[in-house]
Amino acid sequence: MSPISRGFVGKRPSTDPRRLPPGQYVTTDFPVLSAGPTPHSPLAAWSFTIRGAVAQTKTWTWSEFTAIPPETIKTDIHCVTKWSKFDTTWSGVSLDVLLAQAGVDPSAKFLTAWSDGGYTTNLPLEAVTGGKAWVAFSYDGKALAPEHGGPARLLVPRLYFWKSAKWVRGIELLREDVPGFWEVNGYNNYGDPWKEQRYQGD
Amino acid sequence: MNWRITKVVDVINETARVRSLVLDCPDWPGHLAGQHVDIRLTAADGYEAQRSYSIASAPEDDHLVLTVERLDDGEVSPYLFDVLTVGDELELRGPIGGFFVWTPAMGGPILLIAGGSGVVPFRAMLRHRTAVHSTLGARLLYSARSMADVIYREELSRLADSGVADVVFTLTREWPAEWTGYRRRIDMELLRAVSWTPAERPLVYVCGPSAFVESAANALVDLGHDASRIRTERFGPTGS
Repeated sequence: MSPISRGFVGKRPSTDPRRLPPGQYVTTDFPVLSAGPTPHSPLAAWSFTIRGAVAQTKTWTWSEFTAIPPETIKTDIHCVTKWSKFDTTWSGVSLDVLLAQAGVDPSAKFLTAWSDGGYTTNLPLEAVTGGKAWVAFSYDGKALAPEHGGPARLLVPRLYFWKSAKWVRGIELLREDVPGFWEVNGYNNYGDPWKEQRYQGD
Repeated sequence: MNWRITKVVDVINETARVRSLVLDCPDWPGHLAGQHVDIRLTAADGYEAQRSYSIASAPEDDHLVLTVERLDDGEVSPYLFDVLTVGDELELRGPIGGFFVWTPAMGGPILLIAGGSGVVPFRAMLRHRTAVHSTLGARLLYSARSMADVIYREELSRLADSGVADVVFTLTREWPAEWTGYRRRIDMELLRAVSWTPAERPLVYVCGPSAFVESAANALVDLGHDASRIRTERFGPTGS
């Protein structure tokens, strides 16, 4: 039971509180978080690869990737630093489509997404299949800005947003779970905002 | 990670908009310089608000210190600035974050680039460096609107005057008549003049508003610094 903060009233969100995970507040801005400089990779050098426990390693160039019919995703997003942003609109390719083209080996249970700049994050395979994850290349009708992860980022809106790896360049399917960048730096391995799994031990 | 109840034992007005909260936290497990905490405020009806704040104190200091900038349209910082006072309890958990940290084992020299209240984690790093008598080079480049907006002004000046660390200010809006220092936003030329060369491989930390960090980090990469030796921490909106 938390002590009452003497004299604290707070600004109550005017939105439906059931839409806001515990400990979050609503923002209309789009804050940026990153551990290092923003990578700037030319599209001509960009590719997306699925490797590891798959029937065959599969790589798409930018033109091959953007030739795949995209989906429009309207979703709320939740950052571990406490902000949530409602009704964000993205275009992206479902990870289901990409995984089907690579052919997932039945032994695959986890994946690591890797990015330009060396960032990695880990996810259970079940967290990204069945319409739960995309490789997104547009935000709010425009090409995804580099600060926000462009040219393409992972979009896994059910989990805290550090799982939605910016500047994503591929995923590796794995039999064992391998903690990623923030996951070895004190953050939760799974990151469900509704269970407030921010840090290790939450 | 557990929530802890701390007690405010002192409040230090750093600038007109920034104050430090000195906290008594008897069971504090220790922290690394650069880490932050989450604080949680609870209203009488149970409504809660959480925010993150960088730790301003070194691991060796007697008390945990948070330095808070009052954001006029904020929910938590006006409370911390206007209402919270000595004797009040403050609930927090931490330390949090294992990347934007510095220990002497990570090497140096360290180049710390601060915009506004982005200087807070650097004060922890500089104090830690002094406390452990590290001889690794340290240089703080601090961009502030005016001298009156410089947080920890006396402490940083003492540090510079004693030759323990280099401290370079750049003032972006107002400066004293006799001011001979930099008077502009941080750009590539200023970074080139102030920083070690890429060949000297400084470990670089950049902290401040998002646009400040984006611009400084991009300029460092353009100057040839290894992106993997540049660590960033941002706060505030992008404005878009």
